[in-house]
Amino acid sequence: MSNITIAEISKNLASGKYSSVEITQDFLQRIKQNDKAINSFITVTEEQALAQAKAADEQRQNGNASVLTGVPIAHKDNYCTDGVLTSCGSKMLSNFVAPYNATVVEKFNEAGTVSLGKLNMDEFAMGSSSESSFYGAVSNPWDSNRVAGGSSGGSAAAVAANLIPGATASDTGGSIRQPAAFCGLTGIKPTYGRVSRWGIVAYASSLDQAGVITHTAEDAALMLNVMSGFDEKDSTSMQLEVPDFTADLNNGLAGLTIGLPKEYFSADLDPAMQQAVSDAVKEYEKLGAKVKEISLPHSHLVIPSYYLISAAECSANMSRMDGVRFGYRCDNPTDIHDLYVRSRSEGLGSEVKRRIMIGAYALSAGYYDAYYKKAQQARRLIKNDFVNAFKEVDIIAGPVTPTTAFNKNEKNHDPVAMALGDVFTVALNLAGLPGMSINCGQINNLPVGLQLIGNYFEEARLLNAAHQFQQVTDWHLKSPAGL
Amino acid sequence: MALDPKQVHDIAELVRLQIEDDQVQEYQENLSNILEMVNQLTSFETDNIEPLANPIEIAQRLRADEVTAVNKRDLFQSIAPQTEQGYYLVPRVVE
Repeated sequence: MSNITIAEISKNLASGKYSSVEITQDFLQRIKQNDKAINSFITVTEEQALAQAKAADEQRQNGNASVLTGVPIAHKDNYCTDGVLTSCGSKMLSNFVAPYNATVVEKFNEAGTVSLGKLNMDEFAMGSSSESSFYGAVSNPWDSNRVAGGSSGGSAAAVAANLIPGATASDTGGSIRQPAAFCGLTGIKPTYGRVSRWGIVAYASSLDQAGVITHTAEDAALMLNVMSGFDEKDSTSMQLEVPDFTADLNNGLAGLTIGLPKEYFSADLDPAMQQAVSDAVKEYEKLGAKVKEISLPHSHLVIPSYYLISAAECSANMSRMDGVRFGYRCDNPTDIHDLYVRSRSEGLGSEVKRRIMIGAYALSAGYYDAYYKKAQQARRLIKNDFVNAFKEVDIIAGPVTPTTAFNKNEKNHDPVAMALGDVFTVALNLAGLPGMSINCGQINNLPVGLQLIGNYFEEARLLNAAHQFQQVTDWHLKSPAGL
Repeated sequence: MALDPKQVHDIAELVRLQIEDDQVQEYQENLSNILEMVNQLTSFETDNIEPLANPIEIAQRLRADEVTAVNKRDLFQSIAPQTEQGYYLVPRVVE
């Protein structure tokens, strides 16, 4: 079927073509029919969804509807949802019914959206393939033998299969952009501090940022309008005015300067990937943009710096998973040490354990300077590369991933190979910059993502550039066969 | 930078994890490979570079010293593994 967008649903709800209850029932039916094979949902909240849809329809009848009132979405399972299982794809939280809503969830509820449930993900968002979930791997709707990407694989797969028109997601090292690329979608990770992290289960707090996966830049703008803004509950939330992200979508791109980092187009890059990205850049030139080669000279440091910082912060954040206040507890602990060790060892998966151990090692006495401090020094150099680049260009473009979606079981036993696949995405998290992935082509029937990187708090410019591309191309309209 | 089995057990103990004997070799290999990957950083010259902890480099925001949180003990304890009279229960720590 053709992709169903949020903008279209919003229009049809407003015109009365269908009600929220009707469109919600349609999507719930599609989930029942198709999600067994894809495994994108961990929890489907049918009853609550229909109640929310009914309330949305009443709100509309009373003349109080906002743009997104009655639009069905779903949340990644690391967003706390009051009264609904929030497992983070882990056995450790497989009994954790959150006692409150994340700020972002609260904002969507206030806007009148309908949540259809919670989406599968790599355990605690630590992964790039959505294979490490306690609830099983997510399949890519374009090829069920391949991964949907990660960690927001459930968000991407559900949107690609048209089980929902848009999903929340989170991005610590590429977890929005990479699955969006693998599934042929639009994904945006806003600037660090733009969207509240409160109530989103923390993985690496200085890198985590909430965002969305949708079919189009216009839909991403509509969702970001709801979720962005200052939150006093998040100490790193920025006190900045939030623009209307849809306002600039139709601006022309004449005079826009796009930087192409030479380090992202090295001889190692797969020629087909290189071609697809170059073709996309040519579209931008046709739209009036100027292209300039730039350099991000510390790009070779991003993977080790990211790995150390994310693992160190992970080991600190994961210490709360102790079997005492919530979550999984082992049977018959003999003493407090046994309670901690067995609850954690039985409740956590091997990828999470590896990262906790590397993080503890990097933070331990005698290694702190060589690892953690060094990684933070490299982080400054990586950030400065971007700061310098943005003196010359408006946005930066490049690939999202070195390859299209890889096969299941191809990399999940080799953490280094998995980490190297994130080479183009992690730098933005280290620098805190906003980044997007938009579908810009196919290689052997698998989608290719174009990454657009913006300067701090310039999400509107990114969305404008993405929207203009989507006015002259039709990659974002393509959907997987049979879905 | 290869870790030996004892180091794997020692690191696991630091973070209250236990690695089963039949998995030690896999952890040893994976963790050693990761350390080898991150070691390309340790040889890079970073003298006089200020570490960057927060990408936006904002100062920690302060708020007025007023009680804002409401007591939700019963709600929070309703999802705890074991509680008694408002306390979280764990095995005896002090004899």
